[in-house]
Amino acid sequence: MSTDKPLSDVERIKTASRGLRGSLIESLNLRHTGAVHADDTQVIKFHGIYQQDDRDVRAERQRRKLEPQYQFMARLRLPGGVLDATQWLALSQLARAYGDGSLRITSRQSIQFHGLFKENLKPALQDLDRVLLDTISACGDINRNVIACANPNRSLLHGEVYGWAQRIAAHLMPRSRAYHEIWLDGEPVVQPEDEPLYGKTYLPRKFKIALAIPPSNDVDVFAHDLGFVAIEEEGRLAGFNVTVGGGMGRSHTNLATYPRVADVIGFCTPEQVLAVTEAVVTAQRDNGDRSDRAQARLKYTIDRMGLDVFVAEVERRSGFDLAPTRPARFDTSGDEFGWVDHADGTASLALYVPGGRVVDGQPEYLPLSGLDELVRAHGGELRLTCNQNLVLAGVSSAARPQVEAVLERFELDLAPRRTPLETGAMACVAFPTCPLAMAESERYLPALLQSLNALLAEFDLERENLSLRVTGCPNGCARPYLAEIGLVGRAPGLYDLHLGSDRAGARLNTRVRESLDEAGLLDTLRPLFARFAQERADGEGFGDFLHRLDLLGATSTSEQGVIA
Amino acid sequence: MSAVVELPRRVPAPVLDEGQFHELRRFADALSPEQLLWASGYLAGLQGAGVAAPAAEPVAEAVRIVVLYGSQTGTGAALAERVAERARTLGFEAETLDMLRYRRARLREDRNLLLIVSTHGDGDPPDSAQELHALVTGAKAPKLADTHFAVLALGDASYPRFCQAGKDFDEALAAAGGTRLVERVDCDLDYEEAAGQWTERVLGKLNEQRPDTPRVAAVPGAAARPAWTRHKPFAAPLLERLPLTAEGSSREVWHLELDLAGSEIEFASGDSLSIVPSNPPELVEALVERLSLDGDAAVATPQGERTLAEALASRYEITRLTRPFVERYAAAAESDQLRGLAVDAEGLAKWMDGRDVLDVVAEHPVQGLSAQDFADMLRVLPARRYSIASSPLAYPDEAHLTVAPVRWASRGRDRFGVASTQLIERLTEGDGVPVFLEGHAAFRLPEDPERPIIMIGAGTGVAPYRAFLQEREVLGAPGRNWLFFGDRNFRTDFLYQREWLQWRDDGLLTQLDVAFSRDQQDKVYVQDRLRERAADLYAWLEEGAALYVCGAERMGHDVHQALIGVVGAAGGLPADKAEAYVEDLKHTGRYHRDVY
Repeated sequence: MSTDKPLSDVERIKTASRGLRGSLIESLNLRHTGAVHADDTQVIKFHGIYQQDDRDVRAERQRRKLEPQYQFMARLRLPGGVLDATQWLALSQLARAYGDGSLRITSRQSIQFHGLFKENLKPALQDLDRVLLDTISACGDINRNVIACANPNRSLLHGEVYGWAQRIAAHLMPRSRAYHEIWLDGEPVVQPEDEPLYGKTYLPRKFKIALAIPPSNDVDVFAHDLGFVAIEEEGRLAGFNVTVGGGMGRSHTNLATYPRVADVIGFCTPEQVLAVTEAVVTAQRDNGDRSDRAQARLKYTIDRMGLDVFVAEVERRSGFDLAPTRPARFDTSGDEFGWVDHADGTASLALYVPGGRVVDGQPEYLPLSGLDELVRAHGGELRLTCNQNLVLAGVSSAARPQVEAVLERFELDLAPRRTPLETGAMACVAFPTCPLAMAESERYLPALLQSLNALLAEFDLERENLSLRVTGCPNGCARPYLAEIGLVGRAPGLYDLHLGSDRAGARLNTRVRESLDEAGLLDTLRPLFARFAQERADGEGFGDFLHRLDLLGATSTSEQGVIA
Repeated sequence: MSAVVELPRRVPAPVLDEGQFHELRRFADALSPEQLLWASGYLAGLQGAGVAAPAAEPVAEAVRIVVLYGSQTGTGAALAERVAERARTLGFEAETLDMLRYRRARLREDRNLLLIVSTHGDGDPPDSAQELHALVTGAKAPKLADTHFAVLALGDASYPRFCQAGKDFDEALAAAGGTRLVERVDCDLDYEEAAGQWTERVLGKLNEQRPDTPRVAAVPGAAARPAWTRHKPFAAPLLERLPLTAEGSSREVWHLELDLAGSEIEFASGDSLSIVPSNPPELVEALVERLSLDGDAAVATPQGERTLAEALASRYEITRLTRPFVERYAAAAESDQLRGLAVDAEGLAKWMDGRDVLDVVAEHPVQGLSAQDFADMLRVLPARRYSIASSPLAYPDEAHLTVAPVRWASRGRDRFGVASTQLIERLTEGDGVPVFLEGHAAFRLPEDPERPIIMIGAGTGVAPYRAFLQEREVLGAPGRNWLFFGDRNFRTDFLYQREWLQWRDDGLLTQLDVAFSRDQQDKVYVQDRLRERAADLYAWLEEGAALYVCGAERMGHDVHQALIGVVGAAGGLPADKAEAYVEDLKHTGRYHRDVY
């Protein structure tokens, strides 16, 4: 992209980073600060790590003439969200030894640790390496974790699609050996490696890829820069509908920013997937805005270039035209919980993990020690879902009684005892670790759920399948713009209320009120719930109902509709 | 200075009658120091001549006195200056000199030596006195047949080897053939009165010995004093007090800001401020009750009459034991155990450790002890010194202190460091903190603003370096600055961390090395960092850097050893040469220590 504007400072840092090395080794050795050099806070993201600080103690530490309590969040690169039992147990051990004793299942099928001090980063990453895990490019201006439908009982295609997630992830890995040098004491290279796909400055901004298998949209494919929607024909994977230009992030103050649902631009065969991927990634690499990071995501590139122009560019780069979009239909973006028996005699268990958070000693969350036991009893494959839940896959009939005993003993199977609102709800991490947080999110969710459950109960709606997502800022980590009820933090205790997505996560919701406190929130929702209980059509979701009755006002943002 | 000499207030009967005396006083009060000096000689001359001589020479030939001091904190230096000043008013030619700069050859020349020397740690002389101490106590001690000397020893009677350095000098000079002018006086922390008396006696004796010169009767009364003293401290309002260590720390350190506006207390970066403490009221109450005395009973103290409770609260030391107290109390209690302890230095030190006055009284009750008898056994409550953590250039009219409250439990009771807990617990913002300045320490920035400095501090020992950097920042001093800081845990105990980091970012703090002993399995201290940085450290020393060490005694010792090692390793010097190199830093005024 040609522009008169100067490049953003992050572009300078990337250029000077010598293949994502920066001065990280020196930064790690600085004893007088728990932070890394300012430039290295950007470089370290490419290694899957964010520098944060404990915001709960920030002001008090400042008063005491101490620097902030710097700590780091490390996020796994985990294509398709698949782990084995050994890896889980290593993660659990690592969280206890180096982190805050908790694991967080993320909204993009990964696991992240919070509260790692600088001196613990290297030992932690070396422990990960011992169980064949890494955090390469889990953050930063590069392709992030590639996610894929986690629901193994919905389709025979699951294994195949997971394979494509792996292949895409491998294809988009950086060539730089910086990770090995810095964290695993690998031999330093003489000359920084070439990055034939990315170039020296990688991408203008983060890049996210999802693979969905209809009718489940658990990956929220429309929230992604690039999406592949699996098309099953005669029991086999015919190919994928391709989606581009989804993204959640916006800001309260920059009106040129907005959430966008992806466009479906055509169909490709499985053999064409890597070519399409590379074409979209490089088109964004060369056309994305590198001056204004708030305009750098692919969604803005597409809106600036025009969708037709962008698709033509992708087709030119891939060397072939996309075929016409094939029919596909999503029915939900949520997870289904409980046991499912499979034809091969195994079973899988989808377990509701409140807030995606696993930690001992906090009754609102699942206990880490309990899940460790469960994983030991199962001994097999685990899958993380994009709704921050956990699936035990391929549980053998021999292991099942033991798994059930552990479930019982630690009371791990919460889904039957919770409302659908609770089991479908998502919240981002926000305070105290996220530097962007403006309001509480994860820590507020339990109380909010209680209030909303009570409100729904007034209208006998407590068993209603309603999607609720909360974030502490407008950047959209929990994808709040694709929820029937979305809360976006503005200030401590104050949230914008967004309403009206569909259950399949294909339509953006609409901001109906700004800066509501909880009372204001409940007062706004009460009359809507009342009418919903009275006037809904059979099987109609809350978001669809609001649209049918046109209750959201004229501010409704772009409406994409369900793919047909 | 308004009055150099404090004249007697009462008639020194029967020399003068009241009218004569007042006439003389009125006259003398109006004189400047120089005029007074001249007048004293004139009056003395009259005595010899017997007739009025209009233009008598004031003093035929002045007697020279050298006041040598060995001082760590500046107390001794300040005292020496006062003694010299006093001597000059009496017509002597007096010179003060740091023992560090006293050359061997002069020992044979100087006829009248007054020594003021403090004792530290396990009976050690201050750093600056070590070489002279070694010389006079060693085998090569020169013969001093014509030397007159007197020793004023400073110390702390709660230590077993109380005033040992003073004793050593006294004995060594006598053994070398010197003649004592007066007996040595050993001063406890409340040295002022004893020091004043010693001064008058010594100068009186020297005056008697003046041959063929007019004699001036030594005017009793203390030498000149600074405006604020232990007995008349300035009440500095507490402006701010905030914790420096984070929640969860195993340590507790506070930052205090005191308002000195209007006090005219003038100090320099590196100086210490003395706090006049008072004892915790609960402890006073418990002690009075245990003694079965009336807290309202009147007792005479050196500063006048007080109730017993008042006196115990603010006049006498009750949280620490000293040998004189144990001796006196042993006599009253007629306790063989206490008497036995009083003559066994090692045993006494061990026994006193963890005990206070209340413990002694509880363990050895005495029937019929009067309030006055008891008060007379006690040591006067000494002031406590704190390195000032601010520069007067950066914070005019303020003094910042870095205070770690001392608390421990012993023998079933909570114990407190008297001044530190007073500052942290018993004062609130706005309260007046009784303070005064007790002489200037040798702990000063180099005069040359370009000279690099290496600052080594552990815990609250980092306080004066905050003042140094503030000062160098205000002055725009181009010299490079290197800080070594040590404490227990990085995340909770890095005192003034944000300020050091800011100075580092600004380029003022050139190097910053930290050691946190409890963050890893093997304990790491500042001296380990010194060894790690040996090459650079040695290079700085070679370029003329001044070294500062501030912190606990033990740390000071370990750092000293490490420095010798650093010089040996990086300079390729054998151990004795390395040691000499470090000693030489002291002589050239480039190695300053403030250890406690």
